[in-house]
Amino acid sequence: MAMLRTLFKTRGEALSFACFALLILVVLPIALPVFRLNLVGKYLSYGFVGIGLVLLWGRCGILSLGQGVFFGLGGYCMAMFLKLEASDPVSTAIQSTPGIPDFMDWNQITQLPTFWEPFRSFPFTVLSIFILPGLVAFLIGWAMFRRRVGGVYFAIITQAIALILSLGIDGNQGYTGGRNGITDLRTLLGWDIRSEHAQHVLYFLCVGLLLSCALLAKYIINTRFGRVLMAVRDQEERVRFSGYDVAMIRTFTFTLAAMLAGLGGALFVLQVGFMSPSLIGIVPSIELVIFAAVGGRLSVVGAMVGCLLVNFGKSAFSEAYPDLWLYLMGGTFIAVVMFFPDGLAGLFSKWDTLKYRASSLLNRLLPGRSNAPSDPSITPASPSAK
Amino acid sequence: MSTRNDYVLEIEDLGVSFDGFKAVDGFNFYLNAHSVHVIIGPNGAGKTTVLDLICGKTKATSGKVKFKGREMRGLREYRIVRAGIGRKFQNPSIYENLTVLENLEISHPSGRSIFRCLLFRRTPAIQAQIHAIATQIGLQDHLDTEAGILSHGQKQWLEIGMLLMQDPEIIMLDEPVAGMSVRERTETAALIRRISTNRSVIVIEHDMDFVREIADRVTVMHLGQILSEGSMEKVSNDPKVIEVYIGH
Repeated sequence: MAMLRTLFKTRGEALSFACFALLILVVLPIALPVFRLNLVGKYLSYGFVGIGLVLLWGRCGILSLGQGVFFGLGGYCMAMFLKLEASDPVSTAIQSTPGIPDFMDWNQITQLPTFWEPFRSFPFTVLSIFILPGLVAFLIGWAMFRRRVGGVYFAIITQAIALILSLGIDGNQGYTGGRNGITDLRTLLGWDIRSEHAQHVLYFLCVGLLLSCALLAKYIINTRFGRVLMAVRDQEERVRFSGYDVAMIRTFTFTLAAMLAGLGGALFVLQVGFMSPSLIGIVPSIELVIFAAVGGRLSVVGAMVGCLLVNFGKSAFSEAYPDLWLYLMGGTFIAVVMFFPDGLAGLFSKWDTLKYRASSLLNRLLPGRSNAPSDPSITPASPSAK
Repeated sequence: MSTRNDYVLEIEDLGVSFDGFKAVDGFNFYLNAHSVHVIIGPNGAGKTTVLDLICGKTKATSGKVKFKGREMRGLREYRIVRAGIGRKFQNPSIYENLTVLENLEISHPSGRSIFRCLLFRRTPAIQAQIHAIATQIGLQDHLDTEAGILSHGQKQWLEIGMLLMQDPEIIMLDEPVAGMSVRERTETAALIRRISTNRSVIVIEHDMDFVREIADRVTVMHLGQILSEGSMEKVSNDPKVIEVYIGH
């Protein structure tokens, strides 16, 4: 019970989390064919980035337009492992150098580059999915936050890093697969990840990890550290003069968000079966921010819902009007920032207040209506509740 | 060495210049243990800048700031705070979205590192300390109130309470009674006298009656330099001080 109270401050929070968990754990797997379910799994892998953004942007006030970098790093780690497994000497016998990934062979590379070697090991790969994005984020964060770079400047720098990484991968086709990315991934430790059964299993793996990360984020938000994060956002100087190392707090949060994004990237690769630089540049990085903004950057559940909704919208709308999708998404982002800065989750909690106000107004206008239904979680604040 | 051991803070020849403009110049200052030292002076005299230099918010270009014999100049702000120097800002800066209790709790030194902060638990000892300090600042009945809806005076007291949670040896208060009612001023004066029984307090203030009430020692600043120093009686009779304050 005490644990539950640390995780969820109000009954509404617990309820919304439970509903969302029910939706992705039970309803969607029953209702959707495996192809659609796989799509949902892909959208949910963005949810990891969303959870990170709630901590980083919503709580700590740092807007990063480069989360695609970390999503991509995690994804590439996974993809490199899967690609090596798919490139065993037997299945690549027709290449001029068998045993190396096909795109290397096409680029006249005759030996596996050294930095690929460790990705033959599965434990190394799993570790690197967290450590590589985390390390990169730590170095960037440390360098920036120590120098008190923040706000718009930080956003621009992270965006530049996203561009650099996507161009770097794009330009080194022989080592990275270039613009095509790393494709044709087949098995994970001998287990065919393209089969329907595997897609089901991977979906539940993704959902299980996502919900665990969401609980972790909710735990963090409700600890004293979570309150310090908001304090850093709202009263940076005061936090500094309360004896906190603000630069370290920001760096830690940025690193944590990057590790979450890396995990999301790896699960994306497992479910979708490829990784390419088009998923980590400026546009996808901004899209990731939009998912969180639409869903609600302050709410963990909101950010995950945002990933689902915007992506469903994207696939429905872009099938019908492919050219208009980007305009619609840009417009949505502007509208959200201008009118609902806390996203759908913010609207939802306001809706509660609105409902309460409407019913208390009715109570005042119609004195006989005292037994009107009212939300028990709100009544204590009501002046007429006595 | 031996004679200076009484001073908690020794500042010698402290100076800072912004693009050639010397905001503070040749500033010498010795703070006795368990005393209230008030810095007064006309606007632009460099009073707030002195506090900024001590707490590391502004980097000094010359001089020494020694806290109990340890050089503070060049340390990062949080290190200076952890050494034992707390600072209150001119405008009340508290965490408006948090409750009074959470504001005090967040200032408790035990959770300053990230992992301690993540694993922080409100122990009975900390709970008791929060209550004691809330009582001292007169907010014991408002522990669960969101800080943003407190009155201006209560916000100022809350910030002083947050400093007390840090248990520093030196507390620096920048115009603590600005915007307060007469009654609130009296209470604040009593509060400052009370907290100075086991720590030193540096106060910047304009209100002369208030200064007279609280000060053990007064330093008058003018154009970045010290004009006069001593007891309130001495400085208020100093012709140089009278000229600066009244001559204008």
